[in-house]
Amino acid sequence: MDYEAVIGLETHVQLRTVSKMWCGCANEFGAPPNTNICPVCLGFPGVLPVANDEALRLTALTGLLLNCEIPPAAKFDRKNYFYPDVAKNYQITQYAMPSTRNGYLEFEFENRIARVHITRAHLEEDVGKNFHFDRNSGVDFNRAGVPLLEIVSEPDITSPDMAYEYLNALKDVLIYGGISDCDMEKGMVRCDVNISVRPRGQRELGAKIEIKNMNSFSGVRKALEYEIPRQIEVLNKGGKLVQETRRWDDIGNITETMRTKEHAHDYRYFPEPDLMPFEPTESWLDEIRRRVVELPLARKQRFMSAYQLPAPDAETFVRDVPLGGYFEALAPRSKNPKAIANWVINNLRAKMTESQTGLNDLKFKPELILDLVELIDSGKISTRIAQDVFGEMFATGDPPAVIVERKGLAQVSDTGAIEKFCDDVIAANPKSAADFRAGKTAALNFLKGQVMKASKGKANPNVVGEILERKLKG
Amino acid sequence: MDFSSFLKSWNEGESFMLNQLSISEFLSRFQRREISARETVQSCLERTRRVDPHIHAFLNLNEPDALAQADEADRRLASGADLGQFPLLGVPIAVKDVISVKDQPLGCGSKILKNFVSPYDATVIQKLKTAGAVIFGRLNMDEFAMGSSTENSAFGLTRNPWDLTRIPGGSSGGSAAAVAADECLASLGSDTGGSIRQPAALCGCVGFKPTYGRVSRYGLVAFASSLDQIGPFTKTIRDAALLLETISGVDAADSTSVPHPVPHYASMLTGQIKGLRIGLPKEYMIAGLDPQVEKTVQTALRQLQELGGEIVEISLPHTEYAVATYYIVATAEASANLARFDGVRYGLRVDGADPIELYSKTRGAGFGPEVKRRIILGTYVLSSGYYDAYYLRAQKVRTLIRQDFLKAFEHVDVIATPTTPTPAFKAGEKSEDPLQMYLSDIFTISCNLAGICGISLPCGFSDSPKLPIGLQLLGKPFGEETILNVAHAYEQGTGWHKEKPALRF
Repeated sequence: MDYEAVIGLETHVQLRTVSKMWCGCANEFGAPPNTNICPVCLGFPGVLPVANDEALRLTALTGLLLNCEIPPAAKFDRKNYFYPDVAKNYQITQYAMPSTRNGYLEFEFENRIARVHITRAHLEEDVGKNFHFDRNSGVDFNRAGVPLLEIVSEPDITSPDMAYEYLNALKDVLIYGGISDCDMEKGMVRCDVNISVRPRGQRELGAKIEIKNMNSFSGVRKALEYEIPRQIEVLNKGGKLVQETRRWDDIGNITETMRTKEHAHDYRYFPEPDLMPFEPTESWLDEIRRRVVELPLARKQRFMSAYQLPAPDAETFVRDVPLGGYFEALAPRSKNPKAIANWVINNLRAKMTESQTGLNDLKFKPELILDLVELIDSGKISTRIAQDVFGEMFATGDPPAVIVERKGLAQVSDTGAIEKFCDDVIAANPKSAADFRAGKTAALNFLKGQVMKASKGKANPNVVGEILERKLKG
Repeated sequence: MDFSSFLKSWNEGESFMLNQLSISEFLSRFQRREISARETVQSCLERTRRVDPHIHAFLNLNEPDALAQADEADRRLASGADLGQFPLLGVPIAVKDVISVKDQPLGCGSKILKNFVSPYDATVIQKLKTAGAVIFGRLNMDEFAMGSSTENSAFGLTRNPWDLTRIPGGSSGGSAAAVAADECLASLGSDTGGSIRQPAALCGCVGFKPTYGRVSRYGLVAFASSLDQIGPFTKTIRDAALLLETISGVDAADSTSVPHPVPHYASMLTGQIKGLRIGLPKEYMIAGLDPQVEKTVQTALRQLQELGGEIVEISLPHTEYAVATYYIVATAEASANLARFDGVRYGLRVDGADPIELYSKTRGAGFGPEVKRRIILGTYVLSSGYYDAYYLRAQKVRTLIRQDFLKAFEHVDVIATPTTPTPAFKAGEKSEDPLQMYLSDIFTISCNLAGICGISLPCGFSDSPKLPIGLQLLGKPFGEETILNVAHAYEQGTGWHKEKPALRF
């Protein structure tokens, strides 16, 4: 039988805030254990949480970027479970009334735009980290109380590759919005998977199986690549799948049962009485709307259509936002935006890397790139010469016209001068001339190169071609 | 203290003692340099040393620390500090063991927090310190404020100063007994379902439960977060007004505190209650009401009428559901609030082979039976499959109870009831019967569910034995000044607050 996979993802992302969710402790990775802690994030007797407003703002901003509704009120609940890394033995989370819900994320997948619906993006707190030693265990509470966003997708994902692309697209959106640094190495993004399989065409969903413990996006893909065939095999052998939670074993590359439905936690959610419901005002929302940025996919599509850029160029400007901004400041004023893109991507970026220069430290004004392209397009200088002019411009900040004038680099279109070069080259390379006459057209390119070399690159290559051809055929 | 009461105490064999002063008496004499903070604190310490072995109101009292704070107050006064800047300068105030004071033990009457020392000050403590008060010792209580007799303390019971065979009420039994026995000038307690007003009534002092959100809960170890409020125990209504004013106000550390302006409560005590409408809920005249309590409260109501008040019968139709609602909401919140006492980070730890065993051994050994009972009940009512029938329904009933009060307050200015159905009962009398114990809070619980304010003040005594009886006045949300003024008018018109228990040790 033909089966299809139904996949939903729960992605946890640490928010980029200065302080933690409920207290003033630093939200900082890598500090020595238990140094960013206080009575509040240690759950000492008598303390109370106070919600971090920036975390609420970043949550709403995520909602806007993921096309979500922002409900008129959100509130926090307590999720009760005992574990040593949970200081209060309950986690404060938005269970019944999340800050955002009902959105979607679009991304490119298999040459089309895929859309995955977002059930909700809700705010909660991270927990501490357990460490196990030879004879005992310890908990580092630096991470406890770091604001954490849980982004829950609808089960719209159909393959491991699609899950992988969704996660990357989501990560791009979050980095773009300044919501999270999404540093996987630092555990800023974590992902759980819900996966079931069903005979293709069947509407009813199969038994939902949750997989935990993947520590990278490729881990998620690998876990799914293992789990989907495993579930299909069970069904094909006449077996039955039951709802359970499985753990991904990154070394053995398998999933294994963690707990079954009978042992599922009863989290006993109830409204957090220490916090008032949060009702965003219109002016608060306006402030967040002003923080909405253009998303990667929209930016790519816009760069391609507005400036006729090929996809790789547009993608470069999506990945490197400041460089894209630099390009965009020039492109609308140029007749040849594609050439501007080439110069910015191929020459400017290379020179900047080579000389360790930032965009803000450039010696020349951005408009000079417009001038340079204009010199090329009007036939004043060749592309070859333009490389040298650009190098000089980068080093000195002088306008390209000044450099061309100073160094006598203007292209030579004077046929008299070029004819002389051509005659000399034909005379010096009789074999190539003979080859061309014998029908080897490639020989012309060699002769052309020799003429260009003799003219120190200043000869107009089109004119050189015409004259050479005339002389050889004549 | 006037001259006649001075003579009276002299004749009764008690030398004149500064510990008997009210806050306002102390402040006026202190400001006139007639007495020092040191001799007053000294007097409280001597009194406590003498009577507390019998009463056991205090769990901990750091004498050198209290004297050092008193000396600091004396220095401040000497260097020209005025009471506008330090409104409680030199006033020794004792604190229920559920409110955090930096570098002092915080035990909540529980073995699970034995030897725990708090690293921070509660907001109310910061406010008291800023006002110049002397933070004076830790007071006994029912474990985690769960109880109505202080018999649930892991550190022994507290005795009622009026009759040592009887309980002082609870859960703030230590706070009430210490003030009633003049071991301090005033104290702080906490009230979740009556834990300030009930012991105040049974010990014959003033106890005030502010409107929810009036006083910051930061640093109050939570029993039921949506019901808890900190409030004062005092000898007079004026003192309650002074202390309440100091501890009130919105707090950035408590999101449930309310930015309602804090009036100068003490200056609003006009004693004028002419034309004031006093509601008498018909549902509170219950079968279990002790006849002496009923008679005394009826007399008090007549006295209020004579002072110009108008008695109006009102109805609070959902009253009969209050106790059940309370024991669902409060225990549900408590089950989560008390989850942090697990032996991992602080307090008692009984080791186990794995975390689960560590938890169960620690909590098994650390919590007393009443706390366990409530955690189990709270866990049950929140469990999946039961949540809607219990917790959700209780929240709806809670809303109805609040609406009962808000509707009633459209017609009356205050509501008057007995504080408790009976005077103080004997130690051990109800400790084997939790339901009977729960019913001792029947008149006080609705106030917390509705989030309104309430006060208990002395309104007379039972005959034999002579035991205090309390009158409860309930006010609108943030209507503190109104009930304080009615209470003040009554107090000034009757003088019950001058009666002291005869303690001779």
